[in-house]
Amino acid sequence: MATVAAVIASTHHPFYYRASTSTGADRPPFADEWVAKIEAFRETLTKARPDILVMVGSDHFHQLWLDNMPQFLVGKAPYFDANWYNEEREFGLPRMTLPGEERLAGHILRNGLDAGFDLAFSNELRIDHSITCPIITLRPDADLPIVPIYTNIFAPPLPRPQRFVELGRTIRQLVESWPDDKRVAIIGTGHLSLELGGPRQFGAHGPDPEFDRKAVEWIASGDVEGCLAEVTLDSLHLPGNATHGFMDFMLMMGVAGAGAKADHVDSLDLFHTMEAYFTWYPNGVPE
Amino acid sequence: MSKYLLDKFLFTVDRDPELVERYREDAAGTVSWWEEEMANRILNCTTGEKSTWQQLTDEERTALREHNHVALFELGAHPFLTLTLFIAMFERDHGPLEYQQAYGKAMEHLTLPYPDIAT
Repeated sequence: MATVAAVIASTHHPFYYRASTSTGADRPPFADEWVAKIEAFRETLTKARPDILVMVGSDHFHQLWLDNMPQFLVGKAPYFDANWYNEEREFGLPRMTLPGEERLAGHILRNGLDAGFDLAFSNELRIDHSITCPIITLRPDADLPIVPIYTNIFAPPLPRPQRFVELGRTIRQLVESWPDDKRVAIIGTGHLSLELGGPRQFGAHGPDPEFDRKAVEWIASGDVEGCLAEVTLDSLHLPGNATHGFMDFMLMMGVAGAGAKADHVDSLDLFHTMEAYFTWYPNGVPE
Repeated sequence: MSKYLLDKFLFTVDRDPELVERYREDAAGTVSWWEEEMANRILNCTTGEKSTWQQLTDEERTALREHNHVALFELGAHPFLTLTLFIAMFERDHGPLEYQQAYGKAMEHLTLPYPDIAT
């Protein structure tokens, strides 16, 4: 049976690639500290020795559009091309092609449907920075096959937070019930407080540092119930108008399990938004 | 209200480098052309299978023709789409982060709850 080698939750900051590769006057003052934190975070995945990556993210109106919008979608294809013209334009992200793991995708689809999640699927999915950012930070060689899973945190009506947690729990069970003897890392990215296109954007910190502090504590301590008690679709408007991306962190709390304390916790307060990085080892910290 | 169509304009222009430049240089002309030729296109269908009923309101058309990101926000356009497209058009005329911060400052009179963006 497959083993969950690591569970990883992260913000996906599209400016990391540019900041970390820039030099001289173009290199921002926070780049060195950011790179050091990312390299420590990367090591938590490397030492888990994964064979396959299940990648949870959210399309930002690149391929998925309002004429046909899925709530949860699994990519099942031999390859996934990645990054889009407008992500190259704004963030300087490189074009990529990642291999897919179709058998695990098929297992997740079949058994996810049977478990009560009417998962949509795509056999030709071009993925965006919600999945390529963690590839760049955590596995820059992009050498492992992936199963992308997209959630809708972007185009209301959205599923409620409880549903994200339940999907996370189900993904964990589906991976652990896959008959192949593989080591699978489940990686998901979202946001802490974030404002995009509104009056609170691009400030000296994220729009709601108090929310960010609580969010890091919920995630690091595995306090699923405490988080669910405070977070609703309505409440997520308050910390910033793009904060519904926090529900992808809640999904990853579902993957990690209630009460599961993260084995690696780190954060970095940047302008505009706070970065946060978490790793759990459900089967013990690897040697 | 046709928030969907506002979003469709922003979406289809933002993903096309030629349209980004055309909208930057000639907003009124681009909006007129787009509403005539593109508004009823179903993006996942051949051009023969069009919708027949898509139309911007006068208020929406004016906001697009004036590059008015504050009005677009107030009309419930998806703020990510507006921000991304407007950065593509206007960041180049400003110093680092200057445009993004001015964009937010122009909206500082707005308070919660923000306009509903559901389509």
